[in-house]
Order: sequence, then structure tokens, then C-alpha cells
Amino acid sequence: MDTLQCLYKPKEYASDQEVKWCPGCGDYAIINAVQKAFSELNLKKEEVAIISGIGCSSRFPYYMDTYGFHTIHGRPAAIATGVKLANPDLSVWVVSGDGDSLAIGGNHFIHLIRRNINLNLLLFNNEIYGLTKGQHSPTTKKGLHTKSAPYGTIENPFNVGELVLGAQGQFFARVPDTDVKLMTSVFIEAEKHQGTSIVEVLQNCVIFNDETHASVTSKENKIKNQLILEHGKPMLFGENNSKGLRLNGLELEVVTIGENGITESDILVHDAHCKSPVLHQMLIQMKLPDYPVAMGLIRDVESSVYDKEFHGQIKAGKAEGKIKSVDELFFSGNTFQVN
Amino acid sequence: MIVESAVIKFAGDSGDGIQLAGTLFTENVALMGNAIATFPDFPSEIRAPQGTVAGVSGFQIHFGTSGVHSPGDAPDVLVAMNPAALKANIHALKANCLIIVDADSFGKRDIEKAGFDSNPLEDGTLEGYQVIAAPITSLTKASVAELGLDNKSADRCKNMFTLGLVLWLFNESLDSTLRYFEQKFKKNPVIEAANKKALNAGFNYGLNTEAIKTSFTVLPAPKASGTYRNMTGNQATAWGFMAAAEKAGRPLFLGSYPITPATDIMQELTKHKWSGARVFQAEDEIAGICSAIGAAFAGNIAVTTTSGPGMALKTEAIGLAVMTELPIVIVDVQRGGPSTGLPTKTEQSDLMQAIWGRNGESPVVVLSAGTPSDCFDWAYEAVRIAVEHMTPVFLLTESYLGNGAEPWKIKKLADMPAITPRTLANPDPAWKPYSRDEEKLARYWVIPGTAAMQHRIGGLEKDECTGCVSTNPQNHEKMVKIRKEKIKKIENYIPLQRYKGKDAKKLLVVGWGGQFGILMGAVKELQEEGKDLAYAHFNYINPLPKNTAEVFSKFEKIIVCELNDGQLAKYLRAVMPQFQYEQYNKIQGLPFTVKELKEKFTQLLSEF
Repeated sequence: MDTLQCLYKPKEYASDQEVKWCPGCGDYAIINAVQKAFSELNLKKEEVAIISGIGCSSRFPYYMDTYGFHTIHGRPAAIATGVKLANPDLSVWVVSGDGDSLAIGGNHFIHLIRRNINLNLLLFNNEIYGLTKGQHSPTTKKGLHTKSAPYGTIENPFNVGELVLGAQGQFFARVPDTDVKLMTSVFIEAEKHQGTSIVEVLQNCVIFNDETHASVTSKENKIKNQLILEHGKPMLFGENNSKGLRLNGLELEVVTIGENGITESDILVHDAHCKSPVLHQMLIQMKLPDYPVAMGLIRDVESSVYDKEFHGQIKAGKAEGKIKSVDELFFSGNTFQVN
Repeated sequence: MIVESAVIKFAGDSGDGIQLAGTLFTENVALMGNAIATFPDFPSEIRAPQGTVAGVSGFQIHFGTSGVHSPGDAPDVLVAMNPAALKANIHALKANCLIIVDADSFGKRDIEKAGFDSNPLEDGTLEGYQVIAAPITSLTKASVAELGLDNKSADRCKNMFTLGLVLWLFNESLDSTLRYFEQKFKKNPVIEAANKKALNAGFNYGLNTEAIKTSFTVLPAPKASGTYRNMTGNQATAWGFMAAAEKAGRPLFLGSYPITPATDIMQELTKHKWSGARVFQAEDEIAGICSAIGAAFAGNIAVTTTSGPGMALKTEAIGLAVMTELPIVIVDVQRGGPSTGLPTKTEQSDLMQAIWGRNGESPVVVLSAGTPSDCFDWAYEAVRIAVEHMTPVFLLTESYLGNGAEPWKIKKLADMPAITPRTLANPDPAWKPYSRDEEKLARYWVIPGTAAMQHRIGGLEKDECTGCVSTNPQNHEKMVKIRKEKIKKIENYIPLQRYKGKDAKKLLVVGWGGQFGILMGAVKELQEEGKDLAYAHFNYINPLPKNTAEVFSKFEKIIVCELNDGQLAKYLRAVMPQFQYEQYNKIQGLPFTVKELKEKFTQLLSEF
């Protein structure tokens, strides 16, 4: 978009506060992408509310010149639900992390998705607790040595997307913090989607879990190890898009174009709007080394939106109700007179 | 025979429809203009084992021309639908109590299950009492026989037979109950007919058998003229919030999770979509208050309702509301604790939790309601203080109030105090998120959507001037003091503490919360006997009315009466250590009785 026609340039969404993330933190790229997305979406600053929990990611609202609320650990989804229900005209963004949303706040996370409240949740997944200095989180890879698991963690990690689908999520995207362009376009789609939009950002913690996503996101790996999904486009990846995915029975299979008679027409075409989550689930579950890691907009399906139905009922109740004020209420039904 | 007042207790299995019979009787006498006070008392199990004492559900109503301050101590009339109901109540009967039992339910097995060794109707257990042993079950079935109902449905009408009998006993009309059936069973004419037949049959049974030689008449109470309606405490709480939101001109938001005995407030509000009330049933207690905090941030009149265990879960979020100085109201309908405790029984044991139960220096406003209909005014006042002083406000009610009912004199919204939220709509270059006015020390409520006023708030300490995150040591201490002082200054915006008994000098009885009626009743009766005592009831607990010390200093002795182990007494010792406080405490899940209070006060007065 021509920036001259924008309400604000991306940088104008920044507040006057000094950003205090560690040098090299992935959060810098994410906030840049959010500002770009806001600018392209022409969001009015006063109509945006950014709600965060606790953790490094959750300092985010202080750095944005919008309305912002830095809340308590694990609860931003619940607080944002209240904000959206109280004023559905606001564009509500939750900024949270893997500890905030999947450990202490897991309950609110799944119920937010189940209800399908119309807001966007950016889950900064660095697979570690950063602010408390290096304990394993619900997404830490099994076996990683952490401050609280010096012999290696024995916990099975969550796959964020699986959890989202399990909670009946209708919008899920995954993006690396190294790709500002992809992040920007996905954030824009998240805002356009009616319902809860969950965006998992593979974010790098340079201090406590450096390069945890490097096998997927680093310059030398990204081409061969990322499948960037686009709705309506074939699922191609690798050097010169030489590889692709096809369905073999009930499993996905990585194939090479030109080998064994495989042509582009054999390759699956991504349908983000497909109601069935089966293929989306298979894409979400892909991991190295057998598969590339799916990136971009994986699922984007329209469904009933809680806040619309919530206010719809109230509107209907107002229109149909015989009572119009508390004074009328007080005198309705069984009353008795004392003289 | 005309009597001043009477106490009736309906008791039976929790599946016997006791609460409905009690409620319909209450509706009836309220419409007749009697003063009423009720006390439902039910087991926490939905259907405890049939016929056992654990499964007994009770509903006590005190109604009369005068002297109705409470649901009454012991009943004048006990309706026992089975031996277990008799067993559960036999220890607390007046000497001349009239007992109505269902003779059909006193089989050998029923008697054993209730824990009697032999049949109490025959073995002299009830000697001295007037007993009506009516074959209620069989008469009910006979009365509905022609409708061809199945055995279970026919059996379920026996509460209405009983209600008919009791209405006859008190010379009451059947009209309001018959009207209720017509509305309730509009779509089920057979059930409507069955209930009507059973009700009439019960009434006629009294009339025809002259089961007791005289029936009683309770005349209407002389009340201030006006229009009244019957309200439970939970309903009054919900209505108070609707009134406050309408007065403040902002939408009402309630975020809550079901918990006994507070759930009715949420359920009441969901009925009133016409009012625009936003009612959100959250996934847990924490989400209940968090959604309310989000709604407060976004400019709604935000409320969460709960009971003790739920309040414990909300603790951290209440601290966030203290820190961000957002207006929310937290209603705690107290029940017996700790832990799950006594979910359906009353207690006043969450006072300390409300005043001090958070991390850090975290002052909040604590209010309590005194009677069921009073909950209306205190819900309204809680909102007024929250939005005018930008603070979380606790409203403590209790099971005894929430489920209890009494007539409420209808008010007009125009006559109620103004509620003026501290919103700012026009950008002021000098404004910062934590700017305050000097009088109240309250910050402003700048609501998202307001142009050119974007700002950030949060749980981290903020700089007093800029509103930015600050870890400056002096700033933190200053902010702690400001938040404390803000709450203290509310004493300038609330009425002075009053007390009943202007000439008394010896004993001041102090109470709070839902025991108002009983404490007031006990003190009044002793005053009429010429005793030197007065009663001060505290609805404002933090801050206390600013003349509290002055009131205390007028008396030689102070006794603090509460349904806990002495929480208000401990609080008063902390904030006003210059006085000595005697205590009278009861921790049985039950309200005080006028009798036990009078004995205690008389004993204290005799020690002077």
C-alpha cells in the first residue's frame, strides 16, 4: 500500500518508551511487523487495545502508542475477552508467550478459542521461560537441559497448532520471527478474520534458548526446511520449489518434482478455508527431519463468533422486551400497595 | 385467633418441593402486606439419600404485623414431610409448637432411616405438642386421581397439598398461588390442574376435618405507605447493579463463574437483556474477575460475583485492579469455610480475606449489606464508590441474605444518589494516566476509543507523575501511600455511623452484614425492657465512618457479634486499639437467634 495514503506510518504506532528487550531478541522484528500491519490495515490508534500477560513478550503494549494493558500471568485471554465484550468496536490484540498462554493460562487459552471471540492472539513461542531466566516451558523440546531440569526435561512439549485445533480453533498461522514480510501479511489476515486468530511466532530468545528454531528459521535452513503455505497454491518448498507434498494413503509424503514421474499436478493445493481440520492438523504436525515445517496461514475458516452472538441476543432482548428502564422493572409483576 | 407474628418451617426431603412451597407461601403473605423474613436451609447435595437427616431441606418464614426483624428463632408451626424432617428439627421447637406431619411417611423403614428407635408419633416423643398427622401422600393422590397421572407425578403434588393446609391454618387466600400455577404451567394444563386440585384439597382438609380447633390470622404490618415487592438478597443485588449502571449511563458487565450461593445473581441478570446487561459466564473464577477487569478498562460498570473459595481464586486479579486503579465490584455471598466448607450454610468469615487477603499493600473498599432488600442499596453504593473513586469495591453479603427474602419498598431511580464516573473525553495536554484530583486522589477513567488519549496501564508500579513503569524506591513508597490515602479519603463521601439507643451509656452492641435484623431485634426487645444498651450496625467496613471512635467512646463496654471467630473484632483492635472489644461469635453455619443474643447481653449488663 502507498504509505502516503495511510493514517499512520508504521513507526508512528510506536510509543515514546525506550524498548528494553535484549539486543538481538526476536521481539524487535515482531513489533516492526505489527506496526507495518497496523499501518496497512489503517487502524486508528485509539481503536486498538493491546492486552498482554507476563513474560518478556508481555512488555509489548508499553512500546505501542495504542491503548494497552499489561496484566497478570496467564490471564490476558480472559481480560481481552472482557475488553472485546465490553466494546466490540475495538481491535483487540493479545500478546502472550508459551508460558503465559500454554502453562499458567492454558485454561483461558482453550476457552478463548472454543468461544471464538473476535480478537488476535500473538503467541511468542521461544520454548523457554525468559523473564524468570531459563526454565523449561510447555513447548520446550524434550531432553533440553534447563535451569529447572539440569538432567534434561522429561516433559512432552505441546504443539501449539494441535492445541488450537483441539480447542476448535478456526484460524491458525505459524511464522518465524526472521520473516517480517510473512509476519506482516499473516497479522493482516489475522485481523481480517472474524473470530479468534492465533498466530504462533517462532521467536528466538538469544539469552536462554538461542537458536532453538535455527534448524527451521536460519538463512541456510529456511528454504529447505520451511513450507510456506498460501491458500490456493501448491505445497512446494526447497531450492527452486523442487519439492512438494502429496497425500499417500492417510499420510503426507514429501516428493521431488521430476522424480518417479511426479509433476506439479500431483502436489496438494493448500485450502486454508476447508472446514475439516484433518489436513490442517497433518500440516501442523509436520516436523524435521522427515518433513519441512509448515509456515504461514494454515487454517482460516469462518464460524459463529461469540461476541457477535452475545450482542445479538442483547439487541434482540432490547427490541423485544416490554420493559425499557429499571423504573418499569420495579413496578412489573407482583407488587402490593400499602396506604 | 389474631396473632402478631408467626414462624413456620417447612421441612422434607430435598426432592419434596419444600423450597417451592416456602417461596409460594412467602409470595402469598407478602402480597397480603405482612412483614416477612425468610431463611431457606438446604443440603449441599442435590438429592441426598432419601429419608435421611442429611437430605432434609428446610424453609423458614417469619411473618407478621410487627416484630419481624429476622426469620425467627424456633418455629410456631413445623411441617415435617417425613420422620427425618421431624428428627432434624425436633431439638429446636417452641413449647407449644404445632407440628404437621405426613402420616403416610411414617412407615417402619422411614422411621429407622431417620434414626428414631420407635415411631415418634406414638412413643410420646411429641407429647405436649399439637400434632396434625394427616395422610398427606394418600390424600394428595386421591385428589388428583381423576387426572390419570403416573404415580411419581401425583406424588410430587403433595407439597401443594401441604401448602394448602398451611394457608388454611393462617386464613390466607389461595389466589396468588393459583395464579402462579396458571402462569407456570401454561403449556401443561394437566399439571396445572393437578397442582390446583392438591392445593384446594389441602385447604379443604383443614376446613373439613377441623384439624385444629382454630386457625390463625396475621394482620398486615403497618408499613410506610408505598408500593412494595418481595425480593431475595441475590435478586436485590442484581437489581441494584442494573439501577447503578442506568444511573451512571454506562453498560453493566458481569463476569462470573457458577458458585453456591452466589449463582442466582448471575442468573437474575441474564433475564434482563432489555437492560443491555452483558452477562458472561466464564470458564473459571479467575476468568470471571479478569473479564470484569477487561470490561472496566473498556469503560463498563464491571462486576464479578462469587463466594469464599472463588474469592480466594480471584485474589491476584483484585491486586491488579488495585494497582491499575480500575473500578470493579466484587460480590462475595459468604458461606461456611474454609475450603469447600459448608456451601449452603451461612457465615461471615471472609471479612479478613476481603480487607487484607492480597499480596503487597493492597487497600480496597469493603461494604456489607444488612438485610435481603438492603442488598439493592449496597450494590448501588458499591458501584457509586468504585466509579467515583476508581477502586475495586467488595460487597459482602452472605448466604442468609442472598437466599432470604423480604418486602422491598420500590424506589425511583430519579430519587437515588447521582453516580458520576470519572471519564475524560477531551484531550488535556497535562493529563497522564495516573493524574489525580487532590480531593479524592482518584485517577481518571480514560476509556479506549477516546481519541488522542492512548495510554498504557498495568500491574507494574508506575511513576507518580508520568505513569510510566518505575522501580524508583521513593516513588514506590509514595504510590503505596497514595493508594492507601485514596481509600481513606472515601470516609469524606459516606454518611456518619449511626446507632440505635441515643441515651444508652453502658453497652454498645456492634454487628455487621446480614445479622442486622436479629441483632437489632434482640437489642430492641431489651431496650423495651428498660435495659441500657445500644446497637451500631456497620455497613461501611473499610473505610470506617469517620465518627466511629466517637461513637465507641460513648459506651463503657463494646461487644462485637458476628458469625465467625472474631474477624471484625480483630480488625477493630487493629485500627482502633484504644477500645476494648468483647466478642460474641457463632460458627455453626446458622444465623444468631434473638434468644441467645438477649441472654448474652443480659449477662453482660448484669456484670456492671
